[in-house]
Amino acid sequence: MTKKTKLSSVARRSFLRGLGRAATYTGALMYGGRLDAVRNAAAKSNESTAATESFPTADYDWTKHRWGFGVDATKCIGCLRCVEACKIENNVPNDAHHFNTWVERYVYLEGETKPRIDSQHDPVNIAASGTQSKYRFANRYKDAKVEKAFFVPKLCNQCTHPACVQVCPTGATFQTKDGVVLIDETYCIGCQYCVQACPYGARYLDAKKGVTKKCYWCYHRITKGLQPACVEACPVGARVFGNLLDKQSPISLFIRNNRVQVLRPESGNAPNVYYVGIDKEVS
Amino acid sequence: MESESFLGHLVEVAPYTGYVYPNETIIPWTVLIVVYPYLTGLVAGAFTVSSLYHVFGMERFKPVGQFALLTALAFMIFVPLPLLLHLGSPQRAFNTMITPHVTSAIAVFGFFASFYVILLVLEIWFMFRPYFVQQAQHSSGLAGRLWHLASLGSDDVSPKAMRYDEKCIFYLAVIGIPAAHGLHGYVGFVFGSLKSREWWSSDLMPVVFLFSAVISGVALLIVLYVLSCGLRRIAVDLKCLKGLAYVLWGFAMFTLVLEGLEFANVIYKGREGIEMIVEYVTGPLLVPFFILQFSIGAVIPLLVLTYMIWRGTTGRALIVGVTVSALLVLFSVWMMRWNVVIGGQEIAKTGKGLLTYQMVIFHREGLVTAVSLVVGPLFLLWGMVRLLPPWGHKSAPLAESGAP
Repeated sequence: MTKKTKLSSVARRSFLRGLGRAATYTGALMYGGRLDAVRNAAAKSNESTAATESFPTADYDWTKHRWGFGVDATKCIGCLRCVEACKIENNVPNDAHHFNTWVERYVYLEGETKPRIDSQHDPVNIAASGTQSKYRFANRYKDAKVEKAFFVPKLCNQCTHPACVQVCPTGATFQTKDGVVLIDETYCIGCQYCVQACPYGARYLDAKKGVTKKCYWCYHRITKGLQPACVEACPVGARVFGNLLDKQSPISLFIRNNRVQVLRPESGNAPNVYYVGIDKEVS
Repeated sequence: MESESFLGHLVEVAPYTGYVYPNETIIPWTVLIVVYPYLTGLVAGAFTVSSLYHVFGMERFKPVGQFALLTALAFMIFVPLPLLLHLGSPQRAFNTMITPHVTSAIAVFGFFASFYVILLVLEIWFMFRPYFVQQAQHSSGLAGRLWHLASLGSDDVSPKAMRYDEKCIFYLAVIGIPAAHGLHGYVGFVFGSLKSREWWSSDLMPVVFLFSAVISGVALLIVLYVLSCGLRRIAVDLKCLKGLAYVLWGFAMFTLVLEGLEFANVIYKGREGIEMIVEYVTGPLLVPFFILQFSIGAVIPLLVLTYMIWRGTTGRALIVGVTVSALLVLFSVWMMRWNVVIGGQEIAKTGKGLLTYQMVIFHREGLVTAVSLVVGPLFLLWGMVRLLPPWGHKSAPLAESGAP
């Protein structure tokens, strides 16, 4: 009996030892395997995204770009070509309530301390254009004494610390390596938490698609070496775009040669649209 | 106008004054997002009352101890509905649980809610297990088998087994306190953590939500308990009712102070956009905020309750006074949710304009849906109470647990 017990305990011990060894080997193998996988992935991404089925085009490397956008408000004439070009290029809902980009008009009348502000969605301006899908600024101040007036184009700031990405519950909206914030339309649940979180009012729900949309600096164009549609359409060069990593790009020169500012810096979002020629009432 | 057809899809195109961003003219979060925190608040509050009995052993709450749990479950089942109905792509709702984005407050909801529902079901199961066993023994055929199935075949009701159940109920109730309050505190965080809106961005927001949740749940229990006594034609247990009134009074006092502090903070700090906020609260928000939420909904019930506690009111006057106060509190908390959720969105992010939310009556996110979602849980609760009478003694030995 005692012998049997002893025997069985020896057997148990050796079995346990064997189990332990097996576990160690398996663990090591799995760990090694995983390391290999990680190494492979790293090598692949180092080969440049071109070698993989990378996003969005085969010959675009998003690690070599850091996009930036400049707005020279002193040049903008408020023609709203940019807004119309954007609507067509990006299939933005064709009404006066959804915009990837818009232009604000600030008018100081004589004797007034606060500016009168409107944008193309204002009912008066929509009445002037005659339709919700074409835009113009109504000449509503022609009989007034204007002291100062200027236009300010607005669009998504592709913030470095985007509040919209932070609050997205599914990760459907994300930041690319080149700094643009995108939305995966096949993954967005349409909760609109990001719409609430954006301090700039850049986002909206596309009710037909049931997903949130916004400006993404025409990512489908810029990754092919083209300019965003609004930049292309601007007749006066008020919109400047380029790669911040390239010191000779239009945006790098724009930032270097001007005293630029951003909107709502206090939000901590670190926006990436740089403005020239706006004043304190613009936010 | 070619866009007319598209406008038909829009829930609300909000009229506005001043300057608002073009995309702001459609209010993102509708009345359903008012319903959502209202329902979770009722759940958290009802659970609090059940914990007062099950965890802290306050015997005076025995008559509503089990009923409070059923109430919490009935309302909790409805909580995800307003969210689902609100989503632009509800078919993808589970993306939040399959690939939760950890920095998002909303991503937590699925896990919190599921955990809490499981906890509630478990606690209720332990509580009603002796009843299942008793029913299984006394019914035959299919009904008997179903009751047996409900007990999961666990038909041991010996004193030892009952002690074990008691322990489980206690631990579940203990875990349930942080779960219920976490669930609701997090709802406050959803709003309070957003820096884009001055009206929401407040550290006090989760606490305000939590306290108002507790008072709404207690008030709901008061109303339902008094109503149920009427329906069952039995006398209201005045000791229990008075206890609930004390709880309501205490928490309502805290809520009022916290809400006052929060409002004072916004005004006193007077950060960017304060002019618009002042214009808003003294204009469109004057009646909903100061009159409905504060005066009628908070101050009057507090005065009534204080008077009754001071004078030692009892009998029918106590029942009427407490019930009316509870109804007012329920209304006040609804107004608080409305003023936070809708109010926050009516103040434009530009800080230079005000919008007006216009509720649609018949729409996926309209008034009829909202009312159905608030009233729906009551019907569910009615069904649950028919199936599992909560008026008997809490997991008492079988001999004692008679019908009321």
